[in-house]
Amino acid sequence: MALNANEPKGNLDEKWTKYRSTMNLVAPNNKRRIEVIVVGTGLAGAAAAATLAELGYKVKCFTFHDSPRRAHSIAAQGGINAAKNYQNDGDSVYRLFYDTIKGGDYRSRESNVHRLAEVSRNIIDQAVAQGVPFAREYGGLLANRSFGGVQVSRTFYARGQTGQQLLLGAYQSLSRQISLGNVEMFNRHEMLDLVKIDGKARGIIARNLLTGKLERFGAHSVVLASGGYGNVFYLSTNAMGSNVTAAWRAVKRGAYMANPCYTQIHPTCIPVSGEYQSKLTLMSESLRNDGRVWVPKMKEDVMAIREGKKTGNDIPEGDRDYYLERRYPAFGNLVPRDVASRAAKIACDEGHGVNKTGLAVFLDFSSAIIRYGTSAAHSQNIHNPSAAKIKELGTEVIAAKYGNLFEMYEKITGENPYILPMKIYPAVHYTMGGLWVDYNLETNVPGLFAAGEANFSDHGANRLGASALMQGLADGYFVLPYTIGQFLSNEIRTPKISTDAPEFAEAEKNTKDKLEKILSIKGNHTVESFHRRLGKIMWEYCGMSRNAEGLKKARQMVRDLRAEFWSDVFVPGTAEEFNPELEKAGRVADFLEMGETMILDALDRNESCGGHFREEYKSPEGEAKRNDEDYAYVSAWEWDDTEPILHKEELKFENVELKTRSYK
Amino acid sequence: MSWFLKFLTSSIGQKLIMSLTGLFLITFLVVHLAGNLQLLANDQGESFNTYAYFMTNNPFIKTTSYGLYFFILLHTIQGIALAIKNRGAKGSKYAVSSNAKTSSSGTKMALLGTLILAFLCIHMGDFWFKMKFTDTLAMVSYDGVDMQVKDLYSRVSLAFSNPILVVVYVIGQIVLAMHLWHGFQSAFQTLGLNHRKYTPAIHFLGKAYAILIPLGFVIIPLAHFFSK
Amino acid sequence: MKLTLKVWRQNGANEPGRFETHQVEADEHMSFLEMMDVLNEGLLAEKKTPIAFEHDCREGICGSCNMVINGRPHGPNSGTTTCQLHMRYFKDGETITIEPWRAKSFPIIKDLVVDRTSFDRIIQAGGYISVNTGQAQDGNSIAIEKDLAGQAFDAATCIGCGACVAACPNGSAMLFTAAKIAHLGLLPQGEVEHKTRVQSMVNQMDEEGFGACSNTAACEADCPKEISITNIAMMNRAYMGSVLGSQK
Repeated sequence: MALNANEPKGNLDEKWTKYRSTMNLVAPNNKRRIEVIVVGTGLAGAAAAATLAELGYKVKCFTFHDSPRRAHSIAAQGGINAAKNYQNDGDSVYRLFYDTIKGGDYRSRESNVHRLAEVSRNIIDQAVAQGVPFAREYGGLLANRSFGGVQVSRTFYARGQTGQQLLLGAYQSLSRQISLGNVEMFNRHEMLDLVKIDGKARGIIARNLLTGKLERFGAHSVVLASGGYGNVFYLSTNAMGSNVTAAWRAVKRGAYMANPCYTQIHPTCIPVSGEYQSKLTLMSESLRNDGRVWVPKMKEDVMAIREGKKTGNDIPEGDRDYYLERRYPAFGNLVPRDVASRAAKIACDEGHGVNKTGLAVFLDFSSAIIRYGTSAAHSQNIHNPSAAKIKELGTEVIAAKYGNLFEMYEKITGENPYILPMKIYPAVHYTMGGLWVDYNLETNVPGLFAAGEANFSDHGANRLGASALMQGLADGYFVLPYTIGQFLSNEIRTPKISTDAPEFAEAEKNTKDKLEKILSIKGNHTVESFHRRLGKIMWEYCGMSRNAEGLKKARQMVRDLRAEFWSDVFVPGTAEEFNPELEKAGRVADFLEMGETMILDALDRNESCGGHFREEYKSPEGEAKRNDEDYAYVSAWEWDDTEPILHKEELKFENVELKTRSYK
Repeated sequence: MSWFLKFLTSSIGQKLIMSLTGLFLITFLVVHLAGNLQLLANDQGESFNTYAYFMTNNPFIKTTSYGLYFFILLHTIQGIALAIKNRGAKGSKYAVSSNAKTSSSGTKMALLGTLILAFLCIHMGDFWFKMKFTDTLAMVSYDGVDMQVKDLYSRVSLAFSNPILVVVYVIGQIVLAMHLWHGFQSAFQTLGLNHRKYTPAIHFLGKAYAILIPLGFVIIPLAHFFSK
Repeated sequence: MKLTLKVWRQNGANEPGRFETHQVEADEHMSFLEMMDVLNEGLLAEKKTPIAFEHDCREGICGSCNMVINGRPHGPNSGTTTCQLHMRYFKDGETITIEPWRAKSFPIIKDLVVDRTSFDRIIQAGGYISVNTGQAQDGNSIAIEKDLAGQAFDAATCIGCGACVAACPNGSAMLFTAAKIAHLGLLPQGEVEHKTRVQSMVNQMDEEGFGACSNTAACEADCPKEISITNIAMMNRAYMGSVLGSQK
């Protein structure tokens, strides 16, 4: 089936405004009768639920958390982009659009990205009005900072907790609509199935996590804003509960999963310290502005460091390999995320990793400390400062810039990064892929919409820093509440969806059987152990770099693991109670299928682009080699137990010229 | 009037009552101590006894003293009510008690208050009750004063020759000090008077007050006991 | 390192609870929750029910995790959530007592998991600025003093974990409520509704059955985001001013 993106006609910069002014509307009296289900309360979900309710729709909103405020959007640190041009540095909607398309390695849809850039400005206004305490200049106006991969300063931030503040803004708007009775909120409810009636999404089956009871919810339309699938890798910077279940159950009801192979690996995370590790912690990208990345040249030094006989400081300058500076003299330590991550992997694969597990590289601030110290001494009129004085002054400067990050690092690792070089390693951070959606954010299942990280949307093969918050809120506040009207305007004659319909009974039975099946296995291995094994396979074969042979092998391994899961998993308790192990089991079961889809997609895409690096497709210098001739398409996978089916949406680039990214 | 009752029975309103009555009692302590320090005068009780006569007979003081009794009662009843409400809100206690950096007197205000109430009963039974409602006190007259006044001074002096009572008074003042240690600055915090610049001064004043006032009171029984 | 854990087990709000003692072999690099994972994996290997505890982001921001460790919410280190507490702060051979948040308004769901929806209802009572999507003026049209924005941020940094209630001997939610009132009330955008917001949020807080503040500052000492009780003073002032001074 050819996929139709339903893009409006016309010039790129007019598409959205024209479309918005001409699309079908639902009259207020009808809105009151029309029900919408929103699954997820992160930036996209909470914003969509609140805005839909403000417009007059009857909204039912679901989260598996104990409160809508806990969604993982809360953990975003850096900031949110917007083409405000407050800094007068030449920013514009077009520039943000262009940066995003280029950063995504030319694998995103032009019209969607341009719309994102347009509404980015409204997001900041909206957030300020909600009371989000963005950073301010002394004059009281909004402050900006620059972020990776762009040449303008367009990132708005609230210290290192921008995601938290934006989410609380959305959560508060949602809370207001709850108190007004426009949103019915269901905490601790997990969506376990999508209900389709006559081909349209008409409701969900959710499990009340406190009682274990399966409950039916009907609506005229269903919005999924349930986040990404990064936890397929087990270890990631995602929250422990982040999962693909809501989206995946929709896929099993016919929705397509788009570009699943695009995963973003963030280069600066605190490395894994042991087998027991449950999650990874990100250290802000901004550290690469002053830190130099290196590994020891000689294996003896590596071994001595691993055994604790030497520290990074004991390695003389000449025996260090500053591999990013060596390989990418033009950008050095500031190459984009995907490039930096792959380079770290290569260094460690060659045996230069500097911790016990062999999977860490140094991020060293000592030269920055000396540089800042010298200049501070100069500006304070200290002549012939001693080495100790320079170090002291330099440390002060670094502490002022990154103090909280250094503190967090010390809290977690127990090492003082002012004295010893930091150890970092790449980790899974974000997934660009997701449910396939058209321009209206509607999936191929009529009436089923997807917003935020849950859709494949705007980031192509690689997301730029500070763009995830922008996209989640754009979808939730300014896009979906309008575009959903295109579908709902045809539903004004549809009566309230009755949950007594046979489709609901079937879906409930389907869910119940699945839960019973998991509980009846009573095998010998924990859910966690399967998840961990899946993560290892995915990281090894479908992580930072991939090849056809490995992917084929991995597909078989994942299938075998899935079979083993369904015959040997152990889940205690019953389905009729609060049972966190059972919740986890359902999610891991879905990860096992999602993982296979990711592998298939990576196997299909015979090129290297963005977060997807195929070892067979690289330049002689080892850089990613795109193939625009054959692969400028969105891959959308229809699930099938034996052989998933690939559908394609051709990407047309009418406004930008496709170029090769180079950082040499 | 219902909004006003609702206000006074809200959690903040109840704390406001504690704060305002507490501040009134704090002021009273100064007046009380100033009067009582006359017990240290070496004049066979003349100044103290005439002062006591004045305090029990001046109509203005009498009116004020009814206010005082009322505030003591209000502070007590409201305090007990809050302690019960708060205990209920906490539900069960932790198996391990924390040693966080919180003031230990702050968490024991209800207990300290109850002890002070007990002390107050002893104290008032000893002097105030005997002065006002019995004829057990001898009458004395002084030069230049043409009337007789009750010799409360001798009664006090006699009482403080009893070592047990002196110990009770010393303990009572320690308890009062602990209650004030937290209560003084707490009253300001409840009123919403917390300021980066001024609060340290309030804290200092509160601690000084909590030490000096009970110290002043405790000198009296000790002086009487040891001067014998 | 070998540890003895005394962990609270309870099946529901109305069931009796008890301590269960377990031995666990931990690594000093583990986070506290990873140590709990190890314990649970061990329990599962013996086909026993693992200890239920709440957790999600494991980087100190979602506010899910909630353990009272040796009598202190989030454990011995100040400014740290349970998930960011690491085992190197404990001694080999130590006995650690782990309890749930205890407060009447946080009924126990299972083991260490409690119901904190009362917090959501406090926010729903007025912890927002009434602005619909699309109504906003340009972000730079209101200038806000840098320090004031910083002060609002300090209050807004609350993660809603409930450690303040857990630490308070009175089970009071005043720090949580005050933090939101201060965050919104300090900003010009939120000032418009400040008076009504204060009243409705305080009323809801009382209705939920939280205790009254007795200014022990235990909340401040155990708040993982180190939110100050000056916010409570501000709330008191605003509440009195609002009830006594406004027409409503």
